[in-house]
Amino acid sequence: MGFITPDYGTLFWMVIIFGITFYILKRFAWKPILTALDDRKNTIAEALSSADRARQEIADMKADQEQILEEARKEKNEILKEAREVKDKIIAEAKTSAHTEGQKIIETARLQIETEKTAAIAEMKKQVVELSVLVAEKIIQKELKENKNQEELVNSLLKDLKLK
Amino acid sequence: MVNLKLKLSGKANYIAFLIVFVTLGLASKSILAEEIHGSEEQAESHLEKFEAGKFVTEHVSDAFEWHILTYKTHHISVPLPIILYSKNSGLNIFWSSKFEHCHATYKNFQIEETGDNAGKIVELDNSGEVIGLPIDLSITKAVAGIFVSVFILLFILLKVARMAKNSAGRAPTGLQNLIEPIILFIRDEVAMPTIGKDKYQKYLPFLLTIFFFILLNNLMGLIPIFPFGANVTGNIAVTMTLAVFTFIITTFSGNKHYWKEIYNPDVPWWLKFPIPLMPLVELTGVITKPIVLMVRLFANMLAGHMIVTVFVALIFIFGQTGGVATGLAVSPLSVLFSVFILLLDVLVSFIQAYVFTLLSALYFGMATAEHHAAEEH
Repeated sequence: MGFITPDYGTLFWMVIIFGITFYILKRFAWKPILTALDDRKNTIAEALSSADRARQEIADMKADQEQILEEARKEKNEILKEAREVKDKIIAEAKTSAHTEGQKIIETARLQIETEKTAAIAEMKKQVVELSVLVAEKIIQKELKENKNQEELVNSLLKDLKLK
Repeated sequence: MVNLKLKLSGKANYIAFLIVFVTLGLASKSILAEEIHGSEEQAESHLEKFEAGKFVTEHVSDAFEWHILTYKTHHISVPLPIILYSKNSGLNIFWSSKFEHCHATYKNFQIEETGDNAGKIVELDNSGEVIGLPIDLSITKAVAGIFVSVFILLFILLKVARMAKNSAGRAPTGLQNLIEPIILFIRDEVAMPTIGKDKYQKYLPFLLTIFFFILLNNLMGLIPIFPFGANVTGNIAVTMTLAVFTFIITTFSGNKHYWKEIYNPDVPWWLKFPIPLMPLVELTGVITKPIVLMVRLFANMLAGHMIVTVFVALIFIFGQTGGVATGLAVSPLSVLFSVFILLLDVLVSFIQAYVFTLLSALYFGMATAEHHAAEEH
C-alpha cells in the first residue's frame, strides 16, 4: 500500500467510525461535560459575588458600627461634661449658700454678742453705780460722822464751787 | 484502610480490564497465527538480506494483519478480518490468517507482493491469473487501530461525562481533572478567539472530538506494543477523512460574506475581469486548506514513525555490514536517538493535534465571520 494514496477501505471505515464517535461524544460526552463546566463556572462566580457582597455588607456594618460607636462616645463625653458642669455648679451653689448662711449665722452671733455685751455693760454700769453709791454712802456716812470732816467737806466743796 | 482497599480494588479493576481487553484481542478465532514455513523456504528467508527500506516501510504502512513479532521463523500476528466483495464470488469475509502471511491464496484471493497492485488483494481465476481487484473493505491494521483508540476514547470521555454529571457542584476529581483542563483549553484558547464568543458553541463538539481523536491516536501510535502502535494518524486516509469533515463543515457554515470574499473579493476590477484571477486563487485556497491539514498531520506522524524505525534499522544495517559486534556497538547510540525522537514525537503529537484543531477552528471562524475579520494565510 502506498503511503500517499488513500485507501478507500480505510476511508470507508474511518468515515463510519469517526462519524459515530463524533455523534456519541457530542451527545453523551461533550454536552454533559460542557454543561457541568458552565454550571460550575456559574456556581463559582455566584459564590464569589455573594462572598463579595457579604464582605461589602460586613464592611458597611463595620462602618455603621464605627459611626454608632463614635456617636456613643461623643454622647458619653457630652453627658460627662454636662455632669461635670452640673456638679461644679452644685458645688459652687452649695459653697455660696453655705458661705452666706455662715455669714448670716456669724452676723446673728455677733449681734447677739453685741446685745449681750451692751446688756452686760449696762448691768455692770448699773451695778458699779449702785456699788459706788453704796461705797459713797458708806464713805460719806463714815466721813460725816465728825463735824470737822463735815466742815472740811463743805469747804472743799465750796472751794470747788469757788473755782468754778 | 478501607480507602486503600478501595483504591487497590479500583486499580485491580483497571488491570483486569486491560488483561481481558488484550486477551480478547488476541483470542480472535485462531489466537496466534503461528506457523512454520517449509524448511527450504525457512533457510531462504533466514538468509534473506536485511533491507532497511522494506523494513521501515513495512513498519509504518498499513497491513492486513497485526504483526506482533517474528521469532526466528515464527510470525506472531493478530489476524484481522478481510472483507471483500467481487462480482464473481460476491461477499467474502474471512480472517487474514488464511493468507498465511502473504504466502497463500484463499478463495482465489491473494495479496499481491509486486507490481502495480503491490500490497493489495487481487482476485485470481482458476489458472492463477489476476483478473481484477475486488472491493476491499477489510479491517486493516489502521482500521483496527482506530477501533482500539475509539474504544479507549469513548471509555475515558464517557467516564468523565458520567463523573461530571454525578459530581455536579463538587470539585472535580481524578480523570476529570486530566480531561477538563484540555477541554477548557480548546474552548477558551482555540474555539472562542478564532470563531467568536457567540458562534463557537456550534463547532466546539467537533473541535474537541478531532483534538482528542488525533491526540490519542498520535500518542497510541508511539506505543509499540500490540493494541497500540498502529500508524493511524500517519495514514493518509485517516487524515483525509478528518480534513474532509473540516472542509464539509466549513463549506456548509460559510455565510454570505465568506462566499462573497471568494467569488467577488475586494480587489481591483482587472483582477476579476475578464480573467477571474482572484476568485480562482480564492477557490484554490478553499481546496488547499483541507489538503494542507491532511498532509501536515499525515507527514508529521509518518516521518516521526519512520525516523524511529530508521534508527532501529541502523543497528541491523551495521550488524549486516560489519558483523554482530558492530551492530551491538551501534545499538546504544541508536536506542538513544530513537528515544530522543520518540520523546520529540510525544511533543509533536500534542502540537499536531493542537494545530489541526486550531486551523479547523480558524477556517470555521473565517466561514462565519460577519465583517472584515483578520485574514488567515
